[in-house]
Amino acid sequence: MSWYLIAPILVPMTTAVLAIMLWNSRAAQRAVSAAGAGLHLVSAILLMAKVWQGGILAGQMGGWPAPFGITLVADHLSAVMVLITGIMGLGVGLYSLSDINEDRERNGFHPLYHVLLTGVTGAFITGDLFNLYVWFEVMLIASFALLALGAEKEQLDGAIKYAAINVVATVMFLIAVGILYGLTGTLNMADLAVRLPQVEQQGLVTTVAVLFMITFGIKSAVFPLFFWLPASYHTPAVAVSAIFAGLLTKVGVYALVRTFTLIFTGDVAYTHTALLVVAGLTMVTGVLGAAAQNEIRRILSFHIISQIGYMVMGLALYTPLGLIGAVFYLVHHIIVKTNLFLVAGVAKRLTGSMELKKIGGLYKASPLLAVLFLIPALSLGGIPPLSGFWAKLVLIRASLEIGSYAIAATAILVGLLTMFSMTKIWGEAFWKPHPGGDARVLSISDLTRTERTLLIGPIVVFAALTVAIGLWTQPFLDLATRASAELLAPAPYIEAVLGPQAGVPGAQHAGAQP
Amino acid sequence: METLMAFTMGFMAAGSVYLLLSHNLVRVLFGLILLSNAANFVIFAAGGMTEGLPPLIRAGAKELTGVYSNPLPQALILTAIVISFGLLAFALVLVYRGYQELGTVDSDRMRLAEPPHPDQDIPEPEEPRRPQVRDAARRVENIREPVGREPAGREPAGSDAS
Repeated sequence: MSWYLIAPILVPMTTAVLAIMLWNSRAAQRAVSAAGAGLHLVSAILLMAKVWQGGILAGQMGGWPAPFGITLVADHLSAVMVLITGIMGLGVGLYSLSDINEDRERNGFHPLYHVLLTGVTGAFITGDLFNLYVWFEVMLIASFALLALGAEKEQLDGAIKYAAINVVATVMFLIAVGILYGLTGTLNMADLAVRLPQVEQQGLVTTVAVLFMITFGIKSAVFPLFFWLPASYHTPAVAVSAIFAGLLTKVGVYALVRTFTLIFTGDVAYTHTALLVVAGLTMVTGVLGAAAQNEIRRILSFHIISQIGYMVMGLALYTPLGLIGAVFYLVHHIIVKTNLFLVAGVAKRLTGSMELKKIGGLYKASPLLAVLFLIPALSLGGIPPLSGFWAKLVLIRASLEIGSYAIAATAILVGLLTMFSMTKIWGEAFWKPHPGGDARVLSISDLTRTERTLLIGPIVVFAALTVAIGLWTQPFLDLATRASAELLAPAPYIEAVLGPQAGVPGAQHAGAQP
Repeated sequence: METLMAFTMGFMAAGSVYLLLSHNLVRVLFGLILLSNAANFVIFAAGGMTEGLPPLIRAGAKELTGVYSNPLPQALILTAIVISFGLLAFALVLVYRGYQELGTVDSDRMRLAEPPHPDQDIPEPEEPRRPQVRDAARRVENIREPVGREPAGREPAGSDAS
């Protein structure tokens, strides 16, 4: 039993329980929440270090051998996702101490926040499809409650739509899991990778693959299944929409990457071509949707969709370079997008609104915030030397390498359009004068000292991370390369879970093992 | 037996799709309940239909031999039932709270999160809404207060909207 694997799940779970026990004391809840988020980050760093040194780490819970027990497994992709969850969890957790109002805290914001982190981490570490379903549900029910917390009218409206479509998605997930179990008699992902090629009805396997594609597609908001996202993400408190923007859809993308590299590689020509088409359409529709919006958080929500397209594109190319790009993009995007939402929250504090028509003059009032907005915004658009540039470069090179010129052109064009709508926010919120006079805009120095630390601190750290990834790309590329190598040649993963004697398919997707 | 199960699942799924396409959120909820139960049937059927056979290991034996009932799908379904019960209970409360606040269960009238285009013809809600956005002046005055509005008042449900 490996504590490295269990700790990242156990820590937020314990924190949530503690926070519930301290329900009546707001101060204690805040302290526990911050400490828990810090510990979560520590456990995530430990896991990452362990995986970096020792390779894939697998553990069987309850001591049952692999296909029967519950498997937790961390390869480089899982570990880096857990690490980034830890970083975001701590940053947004601190931000929320100043952003979430007392009413929402009294109604259980802190426990719910940590339940959400538990679900996300669990989904990244699990090695079993049914457990993935369970972790999805843990995450989902926490996100429902966080979304509705505060019970403003817009929130309830958004939460109802979010809940309805996501419940449909999980039920479809369950149906797909059921059919897959009927086909193979196992739900352990490594075991599935061994057994699925032996199934006689390969047509049915492809059908199940498409079912999974739709399920995770709804979760990760790809075309044409994304309409719940811009309807709901701009309604809750800023900290909540920031952590949603960073992590929730990315769990869907992670699940797509995991299943479509490990399990469903039988009919790559069909499934991954479908994914490629979906990726292109996602990028285009997302960015066009963003161009039509006039509220900062709604613009950013549509951008999540278009950026998801890039990650799915990396997966769909299904080459080493493509997957490197996908992993790199995942990490880059989580940092940048969370940061943009946090900046939007501060902008709302200073100007009183997020409607672009009603605000302005931020640049004059606080140039620091303008810089802090520009860094992630330029990174999102793909301006060198920030992280987004490298992520896009790798993806575009990967698509040129195998001659998919259409998707490469789409990616470049969407990058340009992204810049366009970022300049729209820049021009409207930062540059033009405030419609009610510039005196109405507060400056960062008007905030109290605690507020400044808690609100601006995480933004600065995340912006620094983006710049660091851009300037010292090599270690991050190494990490993405390792992750991509593991994804494309799953034999070590399967061996780590099932043990060396398992019938590991030697080649990438060798079909005919007796 | 398999045929009967297949038809049952088919009817449940079809019925749930019919309900899910409704404007009325209560119907949508019923659709979700029906769909999640159809999913449970799928898992059950996928585990193999073996009537009247034991799922247990004989005393002294180490593993199941011969023909037996697979207990695992039932464990999966049990988990799924518990989870979907929790989710649907939450969804039910959410819809009810939405009904209290928004005065409607018609999803077409819930346009606060995504305001309709001015040219679009959307039926008006029965009760007048509170103005969505306060004027900028009041907002800036209140900027020192915690972000977010005061909790919305809880009107008694269904008093004026039915």
